[in-house]
Amino acid sequence: MREVFLPRTLDELWDLLHRRPEAAIYAGGTDVLVKLRAGLITASGLICLERIQELKGVRDQGDEVYIGAATTHRTLLADPVIQEHFPILIQALNVLGSPPIRNMGTIGGNLVTASPAGDTLPPLYVLDAEVEVRWGDGAKRLPLSQFILGPGKTSLGPGQLLTGVRLRKSADYNVHHFEKVGQRKALAIAIVSLAAVLQVSDSGRIEKARLAWGSVGPTVIRSVEVESALEGRIISRDTLTKAAALAQTAVSPIDDIRAGEAYRRTVAGNLLLRLINYAR
Amino acid sequence: MKINFILNGREIELTVPSDIRVVDLLREELDLTGTKESCGSGECGACTILVDGQSRLSCLMLAAQLQGREVTTIEGLAGNEGRHPVQEAFVQAGAVQCGFCTPGMVLAAVDLLGHRPDPSRAEIREGLSGNLCRCTGYQKIVDAVEMAVHREKG
Repeated sequence: MREVFLPRTLDELWDLLHRRPEAAIYAGGTDVLVKLRAGLITASGLICLERIQELKGVRDQGDEVYIGAATTHRTLLADPVIQEHFPILIQALNVLGSPPIRNMGTIGGNLVTASPAGDTLPPLYVLDAEVEVRWGDGAKRLPLSQFILGPGKTSLGPGQLLTGVRLRKSADYNVHHFEKVGQRKALAIAIVSLAAVLQVSDSGRIEKARLAWGSVGPTVIRSVEVESALEGRIISRDTLTKAAALAQTAVSPIDDIRAGEAYRRTVAGNLLLRLINYAR
Repeated sequence: MKINFILNGREIELTVPSDIRVVDLLREELDLTGTKESCGSGECGACTILVDGQSRLSCLMLAAQLQGREVTTIEGLAGNEGRHPVQEAFVQAGAVQCGFCTPGMVLAAVDLLGHRPDPSRAEIREGLSGNLCRCTGYQKIVDAVEMAVHREKG
C-alpha cells in the first residue's frame, strides 16, 4: 500500500517533500493516476495537492493575472477574468479532455505533464506565459518555454513545485484563434493544434502575429519566420498559403498511432488557412 | 487510514487502504456496483460519480481524497419521492440499451443540469461527451436529457 498525503498548506508540503522526497505529486490525478495504474510510477508515496488553497484560483493583479497551479480547467472556464482577457485559453480549455476531466485536471498538471499535445500549452506560449516555481525557502519565475524542456520533461528540480502561471494582460490582439485536430471531438489527444493571436488593423493588415503549434514536435513549436511572413500583410489566401508552406517546414512531427508525419506537416500548414475568416 | 465522508446522504466512517481507488472502494468494499468500471483511465465515463455535486471519475481518485466530501453514486440519486427527474426521463425515453453506461450518463446529466438548467441539444451532447455508450444509443440518451429539461420547466 502507498501512503497518500493531502497537505493543506505549502508549509506542510515542503515538510512532506523533505521527509518523502521520492513521493509522486499529483493534483487532478488525470495523468499521474493513469501512469500509476500502468506501473509507470513506482513511488512509495503519493502527495495530492487538491487541498492546498494557496495553489488554487485566479487572482487579478492589475497588469497581470495569476493562476494557481492546482486550479481546475472547469474553474478557469468559468472565470470572468480569464474569459475577458485570454479568450484563446478558453477556446483550448473547451476542447481539453471531457467534462469530468476538466472538473479534475489542473492547469499546473497540464504543464508539468509537458506533453507536446497538452492543449493549454500552445495558447500559453503565444501569450508569453511565465511560471512560478517554488521550493522550501525560495521561488523563481521563468518563461514557460524555459520550463518545458521536452516530452514529459520540465526544468523542475528535486523538492520544487510549479505553483502558478502568470499572464500579462494585453490589448494587442483582436484575433484569438485556437483549433485542434483530433480523431474525435471529445477526449481526443491533439494530432495537430494551432494557437494564433493576431493584431489586425481595420484595413485587414496583420500588424502583429504570434503562433504556436502543438503535437508537431518534441514540445510546442514556434516560428518567427512564419510570424514575419504574416506581419505587415493583408489577410488573404495568398499570404496564408505562403505562410502555410513555411509552417510545413518549421514543424518537426513524428509518426505515431494517431497520425503520420506527412499528414501532421500538411495539417500544421493548412490550419493557418482558417485565419482567412478574420479577413476584413 | 480512517476516512469520514457523506455517501448518498449518510455520514460514514471507514478504515481503508489510503491508495485504494474510489471505484474499488464503492464496488468491492461497499457493494455499490451501480458505479461501473470500463477503461480505468478516464476515457469512458462509466465510473462517474458526483463529488460535492460535480462529476468526477472514480477510477482516477483515491479513497483518501474522499475525506470530508459529499459523494453521490447512482444508488443515492433517487429521493424519497422516487426517481430523480433525469432517471425518470431515461425510463420514459427508453434511453437504456445494455445499461452499462447509464449510471455515468445519468450522473453526468445531473451535473450538467445543475450548472446549466436549460441546455441546447448541442450543449447536452457536449455535457455528455465524456461518457461513452458502446451500444451507440446516444440519440435517446440526449432525448432523455432534453425531456428532463422540459419537465423541470413544467
